[in-house]
Amino acid sequence: MEVTGAQALVRSLECQGVDIVFGLPGGAILPAYDPLRSSSLRHVLVRHEQGAGHAAEGYAWATGRVGVCMATSGPGATNLVTALADAYMDSVPIVAITGQVATAMIGTDAFQESDITGITAPITKHNELVTDVGRIPAAIAEAFHIASSGRPGPVLVDLPKDILQARCPWSWPPVMDLPGYKVPGPPEAARIAEAARLLHRARRPVLYVGGGVVKSDSHEALRELAEVTQAPVTTTLMARGAFPDAHPLALGMPGMHGMYAAVTALQECDLIVALGARFDDRVTGKLAAFAPGAKVVHADIDPAEIGKNRQPDVAIVGDLGVVLAELARAARELVAAHGPTDTAEWIARTSGWKRCYPLRYTQDADGPLKPQHVVERLSAMTGGDAILVAGVGQHQMHASQHYSFTRPRGWINSGGLGTMGFAVPAAMGAQIGRPGELVVAIDGDGCFQMTAQELATCAIEGLPIKVLIFNNGFLGMVRQWQELFYEERYSEVHLGTSIPDYVKLAEAYGCVGLRCEQAGDVDAVLEKALAVTDVPTVVDFRTHDAEGVFPMVPAGHSNDDIVLGPEFTAAEQQAATRREVIAR
Amino acid sequence: MSTHTLSVLVENKPGVLAHVAALFSRRAFNISSLSVGPTSDERVSRMTIVVDGASTPVDQVHKQLEKLVRVLKVVELAEDAAVERELALIKVQARPELRAELLDIAAAFRANVVDLDHDTVVLEAVCSPGNLDSLLAQLERHGVRELVRTGLIAIGRGGSTITDEDQVGEVAA
Repeated sequence: MEVTGAQALVRSLECQGVDIVFGLPGGAILPAYDPLRSSSLRHVLVRHEQGAGHAAEGYAWATGRVGVCMATSGPGATNLVTALADAYMDSVPIVAITGQVATAMIGTDAFQESDITGITAPITKHNELVTDVGRIPAAIAEAFHIASSGRPGPVLVDLPKDILQARCPWSWPPVMDLPGYKVPGPPEAARIAEAARLLHRARRPVLYVGGGVVKSDSHEALRELAEVTQAPVTTTLMARGAFPDAHPLALGMPGMHGMYAAVTALQECDLIVALGARFDDRVTGKLAAFAPGAKVVHADIDPAEIGKNRQPDVAIVGDLGVVLAELARAARELVAAHGPTDTAEWIARTSGWKRCYPLRYTQDADGPLKPQHVVERLSAMTGGDAILVAGVGQHQMHASQHYSFTRPRGWINSGGLGTMGFAVPAAMGAQIGRPGELVVAIDGDGCFQMTAQELATCAIEGLPIKVLIFNNGFLGMVRQWQELFYEERYSEVHLGTSIPDYVKLAEAYGCVGLRCEQAGDVDAVLEKALAVTDVPTVVDFRTHDAEGVFPMVPAGHSNDDIVLGPEFTAAEQQAATRREVIAR
Repeated sequence: MSTHTLSVLVENKPGVLAHVAALFSRRAFNISSLSVGPTSDERVSRMTIVVDGASTPVDQVHKQLEKLVRVLKVVELAEDAAVERELALIKVQARPELRAELLDIAAAFRANVVDLDHDTVVLEAVCSPGNLDSLLAQLERHGVRELVRTGLIAIGRGGSTITDEDQVGEVAA
């Protein structure tokens, strides 16, 4: 039978198993919106295309499935650019469908024309301008295959209006034509064996766990590997929740604002086993001074990550689900044959660091409200089981540090690109992907104002997300850098706490608006927020404006230079620099 | 300068060159030259990319190119295992009294005269990379008015081919 290109698109999405599309129509994509009305797809009408992109990301983070967003040509498509760049940096599988001006108009500076495949070539895993209506099913099938296989990432399919209106025969499944697309096969057994041997022999090993473990759903094998080898575990910003924070082997987050124990364990270890992590500068600090005495095993599905920043001693290319299962098995066999690993002294030391140099802040009963306190109360009240979503900045770091994560896919944030405004739309996508669960966005006042318009979408869709604004009236992380590195010369970082009135704004958007100014009220306000089940709730937490994020490794410095922060004495800092465990 | 020559087979489809160019820009890779042309299989084009190894990690170039969906195969051709050639068209000042010397230089490099005017000649030279530099140095004294170079192309020596034992064979099948 014959269908239009638009019908072929909608049917292809249906056949692909898509249940939700975040989008906003416009001229060039209009043909696609007609058959959408009678399809099984649920379309969520966002208020800005960037929201559609981040919602697709949030959906993908929360579910592991491909998120889909749709926009028209020109400005609709360019509004997706930030979300595509974000998804590319964080390897989030999304497919973006964009309208394009008719093929005869391409290149003429037609109304709402933009070269979106050209614009997004460096920030997508792949993109394609479809110029043959008959190719639509294959282009869609290929887009989903590319987005979700190997190292996941965003794929954009650009569809000119005349192609959507043309007719073609319909059949499914299409034949994919991807002769150059390679997904790594099983890992080499010899490399697994070598890695397991190194891990069995190591006296000071650390498992450096990145987002790949979450994406491959290999957290159970990770736990087994850690327990069998008795190797401490650090979970990067992309991997929070891949290993439970309450586990005795958990060191917490490494990096610029990482836990002292995690940062220092990486510096002191004799073996790093990097699992789906990419030796990002926010983790390594000054690369040449990172983990100077460590051998490195690097396992990743992307061969280009091997040796990009740090040359490994053993490289394993493959799906971490398989890699971790085989590593755990090999480790178990070595332990059975040769006895347990000898890491007790090392664990005593790393545990001592955790005890001596924990996260520390002071919440006075009648003093200014500390953001850390809000996160800790939320963590306690939700048992660490909420799906937490963050924007970018101080609130993101406080959330990542102080929430005690219990499970993977319970933490969603913008890691690599650092996209302010990520939280509200990503929370929207996460809530749609996991409808029965508690989704809490922790956001800064700066971030919130970049994408707050999606509250309207959430209210209309009846999504009960919680948005906790840590309103300190500042672009807080920038303010912190100006305080520390520009001698307190504050430049263009003051936003003010009272404009807008976030409670009124929430109410205007059809949400519940709450305010909390004192530590003593946090529990009651959170309880009220958590009790709302039909519309979003926005809480305006008036938090301390001079609160910094610590520990901190100044940018460009070695991780040896970690600063514990103002809550620690000079003597404690000196002891920490000497990596001493102080007797209590 | 330590140069590396990569032969890259790509699908002959719109946008492929843009993806390759975007990759080089995005990753801050420095390339010395890039040439593209069709192959005996109309679905496949071949690029020859010369990378400056001093400023650019060649291993990363190789691996990142491999990740592009429309890239079929990347092979690094070692200098001693490949024939490397570049075509140049060189418009040289050719005053009558120096013209004989100029033609001697051309003959020494097996460059052909392909155009002649009253005070210029256009030479066509096909050289290995080092020889072309030597020729240009010789011609410099006469005055090079205009220069066009194709960029390097290269092919492996011996009986094996770039399409041996791989997925490109399946494309052709």
